[in-house]
Amino acid sequence: MGIYKGVWNLTRTFKGRVVLGGNVSGESIVTHQGLNILASYLKSLNDRNGKAICSDQNNKDLYNKDLAGKIICLPQTIGSTTGGMILQSVTELGIGPKAMLFSKHIDSLAAAGIILCYVWNNKKIVTIDQLGDEFLEFVKDGQHIEISEDGTVIVS
Amino acid sequence: MKQYKMELTDEEKEILEGKHGEVMRKVLESVVLYGEAFEARRLLPIDGPVHLVTSFALTGIESVFDMMDELINAGLKTKEPFTVDPRPIDYDNVECTEAQKKIFNAMYENQERYEIQLKKLGLKDDSAFTCTCYMPEVGNIPKKGQILSWAESSAVVYANSIIGARTNRMSALIELLCGIIGKVPEFGLVTDKGRRATWLVEVKTSTLPNAQVLGSAIGMKVMEDVPYIVGLDRFLGKGINSTTLDYLKDMGAASASNGAVGLYHVENITPEAVEQGRSLLVENYRIYTIDDNEIKRVIDSYPILWKDLDAKPTMCFIGCPHLSLGQIYGWVEKISDRLSKAGKDKVSINTVLCAAPDVISKFKLDNEAYKKLVDMGLHLTYICPLMYMSNPECAKQPIITNSNKLRTYSTARFFLDDDILDIIVNGNI
Repeated sequence: MGIYKGVWNLTRTFKGRVVLGGNVSGESIVTHQGLNILASYLKSLNDRNGKAICSDQNNKDLYNKDLAGKIICLPQTIGSTTGGMILQSVTELGIGPKAMLFSKHIDSLAAAGIILCYVWNNKKIVTIDQLGDEFLEFVKDGQHIEISEDGTVIVS
Repeated sequence: MKQYKMELTDEEKEILEGKHGEVMRKVLESVVLYGEAFEARRLLPIDGPVHLVTSFALTGIESVFDMMDELINAGLKTKEPFTVDPRPIDYDNVECTEAQKKIFNAMYENQERYEIQLKKLGLKDDSAFTCTCYMPEVGNIPKKGQILSWAESSAVVYANSIIGARTNRMSALIELLCGIIGKVPEFGLVTDKGRRATWLVEVKTSTLPNAQVLGSAIGMKVMEDVPYIVGLDRFLGKGINSTTLDYLKDMGAASASNGAVGLYHVENITPEAVEQGRSLLVENYRIYTIDDNEIKRVIDSYPILWKDLDAKPTMCFIGCPHLSLGQIYGWVEKISDRLSKAGKDKVSINTVLCAAPDVISKFKLDNEAYKKLVDMGLHLTYICPLMYMSNPECAKQPIITNSNKLRTYSTARFFLDDDILDIIVNGNI
């Protein structure tokens, strides 16, 4: 896991474990610390303006940035064990992430969220985990990411 | 049927094929996929009580209400009656301004609808709202070795460590679905391997450390790992008594919130440590030594999130997690003594003690003690102070607490018990 190849500093390919597979592409947004799902989305649940402006003041990477429809690149999620149902709820509201790419093993909060979305709301957040620390060191906000069914992640 | 990696019984295969109804299929599919995310080999039957974390109907989680309706309409409910975390609002006992009420009412406008749903899904009774369902007055107490599906982090660490039951730190709703299907995925803390300790924590302080700070120190160091703690029996004695239970309850909650501890062992005290001793430690375990200097370092590391550091506190929360009956009596006595020494009758700061509805009812049966509490100006509530602090109008206030969990998740400022007593009696920091 976490093996990369390709052109140095331009495009890199990473391979992780498929938690919820699919072919999808989009724009990255990156947090190097754990994503606190409840703290990040709490305000957006009330605002309902089609955006998911991160309200977690403790997350210097994401605070005040719009998470809606992005491919979130992260180590793990943290915080309240209600995080999974919050992820389910914001996805149903149309402001959830398009995909989630974990450098580490997926945690219980995120796993619950993506599974609840998939099974109960028929919405798939494509999820790959164990992409490795180098993935999170390489990827930056605003990059184009392509994810394949087999867990291949191309960052360019 | 889709292909799953997990070993499934014939009945589980039938359910996943939809032979027990579409909703039941979705329930089991959720549990199986969740287990597969953690490489679980199979499902294990739950043989202990159910407790849910989701007690609040936050505006914006309508999809959860829809899911609950789907379960109810399919006639599903948990196999045993369940308890659930505390209610968010108690205007009778926790004073709120009109502005705060307006926000609360908007945040939790679906609370009544949600509580009706909980009842239909198997809620034990109207008093079943607490994070400490294992209190004797509440009675939702697992037994040693039982398999559970709990998500409330303070209850998970209590059940695993002090009782010796087995549950992972589950996620909200997944724990409900496991409760309905009556099974949990086999991984992590429900396995023998997952319960072995990877840290030896040596407590070498000169006196018994504050439980909330010790738990915080351990949690921040070991994160989600399992610690084996030695040196506490010098102060707490061997085995478990009511004082030890309260101490370990608060220590565990702090370790679970300041880190992500789901299980700890305490030498000569907690059941698995008594039975297995240091054989619970894995090879090449790491060591963390906690002395007086380390305790001070940890306390000094806590950020103060008040805008005005010199503000006079307006409110004090004691009881996150909820207090035991003995702890309520203890606080009433300690506050009474401190008021007497100061020549005062009432506390100077709005002080709120939080406990389970059943614990509060039991305490109120002692008319003399309850009158003493009220006469000192104290308030007794069943709410979750974290939910109170999630209201931005409430979070603006300079609020103090002795809870490291509340400190971690809110703007509340942490003080040691002795300092809390000084502040609520004198009104200033």
